[in-house]
Amino acid sequence: MASNIGRSSIDNKRGKISWLKLWTGVFFIYLYGPIAVLIGYSFNDNRIAQVWTGFSTKWYIKAFTNENIQNAIINSLIVATVATICATVFATMAALALSKGRFRGQTLSLGIISLPLLVPEIATAVATLSFYAAIKFPLGLMSIIVAHIVFCIPFAFMPIRARLAGMDETMQEAGRDLYANDAQVLWYIVLPQLKPGIFAGAILAFIISVDDFIISLMVAGAGATTLPLYIYGMIRLGVSPEINAVSTVLFLISVTLVGTYWFISKQNEGVNYAH
Amino acid sequence: MVLPIVLLGIYSFKPADSYGGVEPGFSIEAWVQLFFDRDLDDTLIFEPVYLQIIWRSIVLATIGTTLSFLIGFPVAWYIVQQSPGTRNILLLLITIPFWTNLLIRVFSWILILGKNGMVEQPLLAMGLIDESLELMYGNLAIGLGLIYSYIPLMILPIYASLEKLDFGLIEAAHDLYANRRTVIRCIVVPLCAPGIIAGCILVFVLSLGDFISPSVLGGGKKMMLSNLIQFQFSSARNWPFGGALTMLLLMIVAFGSYFYIRASRKSADLED
Repeated sequence: MASNIGRSSIDNKRGKISWLKLWTGVFFIYLYGPIAVLIGYSFNDNRIAQVWTGFSTKWYIKAFTNENIQNAIINSLIVATVATICATVFATMAALALSKGRFRGQTLSLGIISLPLLVPEIATAVATLSFYAAIKFPLGLMSIIVAHIVFCIPFAFMPIRARLAGMDETMQEAGRDLYANDAQVLWYIVLPQLKPGIFAGAILAFIISVDDFIISLMVAGAGATTLPLYIYGMIRLGVSPEINAVSTVLFLISVTLVGTYWFISKQNEGVNYAH
Repeated sequence: MVLPIVLLGIYSFKPADSYGGVEPGFSIEAWVQLFFDRDLDDTLIFEPVYLQIIWRSIVLATIGTTLSFLIGFPVAWYIVQQSPGTRNILLLLITIPFWTNLLIRVFSWILILGKNGMVEQPLLAMGLIDESLELMYGNLAIGLGLIYSYIPLMILPIYASLEKLDFGLIEAAHDLYANRRTVIRCIVVPLCAPGIIAGCILVFVLSLGDFISPSVLGGGKKMMLSNLIQFQFSSARNWPFGGALTMLLLMIVAFGSYFYIRASRKSADLED
C-alpha cells in the first residue's frame, strides 16, 4: 500500500521515472555485458580470442580433453564435496546447539562462527597458512579441504539458522508428549522440518568452495591445483579461447546452483507463510 | 579461526627467517619496515613505498565505494518502485553475479579493456585512435574492477532499507511544498542511513582487501595491500612483515565495523 502511494507520486513526474529506468537498464548491461562477451568469445573459431571469425565449439572440446584441466576439475569437486559435507554437518550441529536456550558465550560463539564473513579473505588465507606452518601441517589437497570447511561453515549456517528460527515448536512438544526421547524428536521431527534449510546451506557452501580462489592459492601444496587456481595460471599467460570456454562452464555451474538455492528459499518462505 | 589470526599477530613481532618462516624471539623489525628502510650502516631512512601502496589501496577503495553508491542508489530506488514479482527477478539478477566466480567476472573485463578489446577495436577500425589506449594495468582498470566486483553488496542493503521506507512520508513532504532535493536530504537519506552505511562499509572493506582486481587488471604492476601481503608470504618470504601488513588491514576493518555498529545503534535509537 505504502509503495503504491510512492509510485503514484513519482508517476506524476514522468521524466524522472524514465531516467531511472534507463539508468537501471544501463546498469544491468554493465553487470552482465562483460560476462556475455566472455561467453560469446568462447564460441569463437579464431585462435586469437578477440578476433571473431566464426562459430565453433572446438575450445570446449580442447579444454575438456586437456589432462591438467580434468585434474583441476576433479580436485575442485573433491574439495567442494568434502568441505560441503563437513561444513553442513558442523553448521547444523552449531545451529541446533545455539537454538537450545541461552547459555554463556552464546553471542561469542555466534561471532566466531560468522568471523570468516567479516575478515578479508587474504587475511584468512595468510593466517591459515601461518597456522599450518606452526603445527607443521603438510600443504596439499588436505590443507585446502580443512581451510574450506572452516570458511564454508558460516555460509551453511545462515540458512539453517533462519529455518530453525521460523520453525513451529509445538510439533516437538507433541512428540515429547508421546514419549519420544530427545534423539527421536531430533531424527523424526526436527531434521525433516529442517531439511530445506540444510539443503540450501549445503548449496551455498558448495558454491563458495568451488569458486574460492585466494585461500586455495595460499594454502595449496604442489600438485593440488583447483579449477580457479588453474584458470588464474592461464590468465597470467595471456588471453586464450580455452579460458573463455572453461570460465563459461564454471559460470553456468554457479548460476544453476544459485537458481536452485533461490527456488528452495522461495519455497521455504511459502511454507512459513502457510503456518 | 581466531587462533590463526592471533598467531599471525604474534608472528609480526618476530624476526624473519630467510627460508620463509619465523625465528623465536621478539622484534619490531616488521613494523619498522612499514615506514623505514635500513641503510647499509643500519641507519633508518624514511621509505614511503609501502605507505604508497597502503595509501593507494585506501584511495581506490574510497573512490570505488563512492562511485558504487552513486551508481547503485538509483538502481535500488528503481527496484523498490516495481511490483513484487519484478522486484524478485531484478533482485535475483543482482544476486547472481555475487555468487559467481569473481576471478571470471574480473577476467571478462580484459576482453573489453585490453589490447584489441571491445573498446579499442571499433575505435581503431574507425581510425579515431592510432595505437592502444593502454586502458589496462592501471588505477582506472583496478577501480572499475572493484566497482564491478562489489556493487551488488551496495545495492542489496540499500534496497533492504528502502523497502521499509514509508512512502507516505515522501507524499506528505511533497504536500508541504518540499522539492525533490529537500525530500532526499531530509527524509530518504536519514531513514535509509543504516542500509547506506552497511553497503558502503561492505564495499569499502572488501575493496580494501581485494586481491583479484589488482592482480588481474593491474597486471601485478600496481599493487594493493592484499597483493603486497600475498607477495610477502610467497615470493619475498618475509612472514613477519606480511603479518604486520595483515594486522594493519584487520585494524582498518575492525575500525570500519565498529563505526558501522555505532552508526546503526544510533539510528535504531532514533527510530525508537
